[in-house]
Amino acid sequence: MIRKLFAAGIALATLAAAPVTLAADKIRIATEGAYAPFNMVDSDGNLIGFDVDIANALCEQMEVECEIVAQDWDGIIPGLRARKYDAIIASMSITEERLRVVDFSEKYYSNVLAFVAGKDKNLDVSKKGLNGLVVGAQRATIAGQMLEDKYSDVVTVKLYDTQDNAYLDLASGRLDALLSDKFPAYDWLRTDDGQGFEFKGEDLDINDEIGIAVRKGDDLKDDFSAAIKAIVANGKYEEINKKYFPFSIY
Amino acid sequence: MSWEWSVIWEYLPRLWQGALLTLELVFFSGLIGIILAVPLALMRASHNWVLRALPFAYIFFFRGTPLLVQIFLIYYGAAQFDVIKDSALWPVLKEPYWCAIIAFSLNTAAYSAELIRGAIQAIPKGEIEVSQALGMSKATMIRRIILPRSFGIVFPAYSNELLLMLKGSALASTITLLDLTGMARTIIARTYTPLEMFFAAGMMYLIIAGVMIGCFRLLERRINRYQYYKLDPSQR
Repeated sequence: MIRKLFAAGIALATLAAAPVTLAADKIRIATEGAYAPFNMVDSDGNLIGFDVDIANALCEQMEVECEIVAQDWDGIIPGLRARKYDAIIASMSITEERLRVVDFSEKYYSNVLAFVAGKDKNLDVSKKGLNGLVVGAQRATIAGQMLEDKYSDVVTVKLYDTQDNAYLDLASGRLDALLSDKFPAYDWLRTDDGQGFEFKGEDLDINDEIGIAVRKGDDLKDDFSAAIKAIVANGKYEEINKKYFPFSIY
Repeated sequence: MSWEWSVIWEYLPRLWQGALLTLELVFFSGLIGIILAVPLALMRASHNWVLRALPFAYIFFFRGTPLLVQIFLIYYGAAQFDVIKDSALWPVLKEPYWCAIIAFSLNTAAYSAELIRGAIQAIPKGEIEVSQALGMSKATMIRRIILPRSFGIVFPAYSNELLLMLKGSALASTITLLDLTGMARTIIARTYTPLEMFFAAGMMYLIIAGVMIGCFRLLERRINRYQYYKLDPSQR
């Protein structure tokens, strides 16, 4: 009993000695929680996935305490700017438009896009082949923008709040095809619901690097970049990558 | 954070396009809703307990669950069943537009039915007695006395319900429709100017609501004109 009290006393003393650094070192990280296998919610309501594992590995590397919170995609950048959290690790592409309002770390993986459609469909993913079809994508993503910019003159574009809703409509037949980031789609194709579907045509390499968003001018940007390099070098990254994909996504 | 007026002007035509869809959804859902609500209300106000009980479950469900859940059940839920996908209903249920109309209509019909039932029961008993004493048939009584009187009583509350539906229609954006809210969110996804776009969209909702309120005022004065009786100044 006395020993326990003593231990508690020491713990309290150390806490009291370093309250400033503790408070300052706690980093709040937002992720979406609806973008399997990068970030999703398990049956107990915990956030899991590649992004979450990377976030934890980076925090461990940086020796800081982190709290990971879920935030809807639409409001994820406004929330960062409103200081609800300090960083976004949510498979966010580094784009010029986003760089106007936030800073990004170095990439922690690279994204490619791919069309997904039913196995029974003989789909030619050229503009000519897609003519007149209904194609979906998630709102506020590169895939969504690409559909609107490059394909909206030949296809009917439908934008969804979450990727899950887009999969539902692909499965129900409301969509002829889906333009999506390839890696999460790879994960979906392995589920029961995704059995009837496959990738169509070549991947669309869009020179799309995924980084960690922080507020403009925040030093955290360099800390994250250094930590990414470190976990790539020490093999921790590969370990996490293997857990989700048989190929490297860096 | 800087405020960009230019982005509002640039995207105003697209917001207007969205506003038109919002108006369309509210108009058709309101119309179908009231057509459904009247017979439901008459059933609810009936003295026959079987008739009274029939719409109970429907009204209880639609008043007791969130509109978002209802939209999702109709749009994503119905599409899960092959029976529905193979049925003649699918061409209709396939379209998000019709799913939204169905959800909004059923939702507003449930609320309106209860409003109208309350109004029917608020008609002074004497007026019903008089119509019976005059030997009116049940149908004539409903047509000439009960419905016109209850419309007058229900109107202020019903205009409230329509305004609530105008704002509820923003949920159409969750099933890929580009209504005013959906359009604003799609534009924001590109421009990252949520404050400006939601401000502009909010203003459009205000204008639509303002026009609706004005129309309700005029209609109310017409329907309830006996309440606006002015004393003849020469007789004072």
